[in-house]
Amino acid sequence: MDFGFTLSPSSAIELDTLDSALYRKLCRIEPGARTCIGCGSCSATCTAAEYSGMSVRKLLLGLQRGKKAEVERMLSNCMLCGKCTMVCPRGINTRRVILTVCRLYDNVEGTL
Amino acid sequence: MIYQGKQKIWSDYQKDIPDNHWFYVRSCIRQSFFPASEAYFVKIVRDLLGKDLYETPHHTTCGGIAYHSDTIPQETAMTIVARQFALMKEAGYKNLVTSCITSFGNYCEILETWREFPELEARIREHLWKACRREFDKPEYVCHASDVVFKLRNEIAERAKFRLIDKETGEPLRIVEHIGCHYSKMFPHKGVGGAEYPCVLSGMAESWGGKVIDYPERRHCCGFGFRQYMVKANRGYSVSNTHKKFESMEPYHPDMIITNCPGCPYFLDRWQYVISEQTGKTYGKDGYGIPVLTYEELAGLVLGVDPWDLGLQIHQVGPEPLLDKMGVPYDPSKKYLGLDEKELRKPGLPNVLKCC
Amino acid sequence: MLLSMKETILVVGGGIAGMETAVQLKALGLTPVIVEKNSSLGGHVAQWNRLFPDMTPASKVLDPYNDALKEVDIYTDTEIASINSLQKEYAAVLSNGKTLRCKAVVFATGFKLFEAEKKEEYGYGIYDRVITNRDLERWFDTRSDERVPAKPAAIGFVHCVGSRDVKAGNSQCSKVCCITAIKQAIEMKELFPDTEIYCFYMDLRLFGKKYEDFYINAQRDYGIHFIRGRVSEVAETIDGRVQVKAEDTLSGKPVKVKLDLLVLMSGIVCDRANNELARSVSLPLDEDGFFRSLDNIAGVTCTDRKGLFLAGTCTGPKTVPETLAEARSAALNVYQYLKAKKK
Repeated sequence: MDFGFTLSPSSAIELDTLDSALYRKLCRIEPGARTCIGCGSCSATCTAAEYSGMSVRKLLLGLQRGKKAEVERMLSNCMLCGKCTMVCPRGINTRRVILTVCRLYDNVEGTL
Repeated sequence: MIYQGKQKIWSDYQKDIPDNHWFYVRSCIRQSFFPASEAYFVKIVRDLLGKDLYETPHHTTCGGIAYHSDTIPQETAMTIVARQFALMKEAGYKNLVTSCITSFGNYCEILETWREFPELEARIREHLWKACRREFDKPEYVCHASDVVFKLRNEIAERAKFRLIDKETGEPLRIVEHIGCHYSKMFPHKGVGGAEYPCVLSGMAESWGGKVIDYPERRHCCGFGFRQYMVKANRGYSVSNTHKKFESMEPYHPDMIITNCPGCPYFLDRWQYVISEQTGKTYGKDGYGIPVLTYEELAGLVLGVDPWDLGLQIHQVGPEPLLDKMGVPYDPSKKYLGLDEKELRKPGLPNVLKCC
Repeated sequence: MLLSMKETILVVGGGIAGMETAVQLKALGLTPVIVEKNSSLGGHVAQWNRLFPDMTPASKVLDPYNDALKEVDIYTDTEIASINSLQKEYAAVLSNGKTLRCKAVVFATGFKLFEAEKKEEYGYGIYDRVITNRDLERWFDTRSDERVPAKPAAIGFVHCVGSRDVKAGNSQCSKVCCITAIKQAIEMKELFPDTEIYCFYMDLRLFGKKYEDFYINAQRDYGIHFIRGRVSEVAETIDGRVQVKAEDTLSGKPVKVKLDLLVLMSGIVCDRANNELARSVSLPLDEDGFFRSLDNIAGVTCTDRKGLFLAGTCTGPKTVPETLAEARSAALNVYQYLKAKKK
């Protein structure tokens, strides 16, 4: 029977059940990724940000919160210019993070 | 659960509830949803316990629904409320008792606003005078009908014919209590027990023998926000709220839900049908739902009133499993007979939810 | 009974501020007297297990005082009934009936920990698995608190409980809770390596020496999760755990998690029991309820009243090294004040 409305899914992120396998794999290869403080220096300098919404900060956060589809969409926009790596105050090798995540999505493990 | 911690909080949120001489204002919609609730509140308080409960045929809505759905401005709602106060003054009463919880929230909000902005109160006095030549006094106490039943719960317990226990095992019934959002979430000090751990319904249930369950989504709204559900396309939000509550309370296998708001039992009752049609899931035992009762219906049941006189046949979720468990006698053949045993039509039955 | 008229200095409070002040005053040749309202000295530090940033055991800070204070008069279980300023000195009446004539008074009355049950939505004192930072430190010492489960799968820390919260009556930051939360999170992760630990913060205030390194370690080496956002409510689940709802401001979504233990970082608030005492000697209080210093930069341990000095957290939240530094400074202030008076 069509009531004219349906149940809406909850937008809450359930930390106990989210799938953080990709994030954990990334952290094993690049432990520095864990030290991200979400300052946004990377996103602020990103060359591609204005036109594509690419943001390394959002990428890391998305991985931590199990948002694999969003992360995959963003990855293709990175131009590997390396400006984010230059400015990261925590010294995270963001270029390596991006390339590692790409490889993990393609199921290719190994270091760069 | 550390009970003493709760008791300490309850002692911080004591409310002065007068024990007699009330001016009763009714709800817009409760008489349609739960026909016998208000009638039995009056019967219990006036006839059974001999208190003075007065209501005037001239009183109106408090304007709460219209105010909360943004169809009238706040000043109009305040003038409507001022007229109610004027009627109360005319009848010589100082204690206001409301049937609806949104009303209660409305009256509290208006009185607080007038306290902070006396110039607004003066303007409303002017408006009322211009509109219908009436003058009003602010009530000394504003309480909700569930506060009154809470205050009189022991007297009801003394006259109780049934207790809230399983008649086979003697175990207390597992009761979920759901408090309307407008009761204490806005003004915690105006609710018995405060906003986080209100005890108005749990006090009633426990004094009548039941056991109250605390489950993770206890404080969650049922979704009866006027703006949310009035437009059909938005009702998905409403039903999702109730669905969240049911998913959370299911592992506790409650025997019934009691509420003190007009909208909450309506939603908690009716949405069980919608959820069963949309997801195929029911929350009671063997395909039944969880019966939802208002506190007046519960008081009536406990005092031995016939369930069909209490209007339980109007409920979507059949109360029969609960009545059987409590040992309350009822005649299934009389369920859909009206006054003087007149044949009313039987409702159609849902596909998934078992109703009788 | 009058005590001798040597240069007696009254030290109100026997926590580390009071004890350090007394040790320094004694070294300067004066006669300090400590009056402590509890049964033992050590104040709040005595209830703590290990101190940041080097995980120093609290006993290492406190034990040397046992010897150092051997010849100092100490009254425990004693309160100050009243202090009267006479022409050349102060007369303090103690609750044990003694009257103390002293040339100067150092207030080292300390702070009070915010009563976490006031934040009702967190369920402290109602739900079995909710404790405060102090409860956890006591557990580190005693290992006996039935609220701490044997094998927690997930633990949460809530920063800013009672701090930076106008509704709770304290708008100030308590300074030390953020580093304490990270310290305790690391300690719990060392005890339970498989546990997931979540810290719910508003801002991370890690201003001190090695504090940021603590944070980096907590993230990189211990895998502690930091979620920026307030906890809105805590409820009990059917298996006795707590369900915590919070806001994840960085992703803009609400977050829900089931935890075996929730630790509330109760903040440092002023002890209003001291207000009477302050009033009796016309010591001004700041708007935040703490004692007001003469000058917040160069005169933190001085007041505008002759012969009255302050040391430690009675003026506001501070760390242990800051408290000790102030105690020594207050002792020197007293010495110089007495020297100037003699001239």
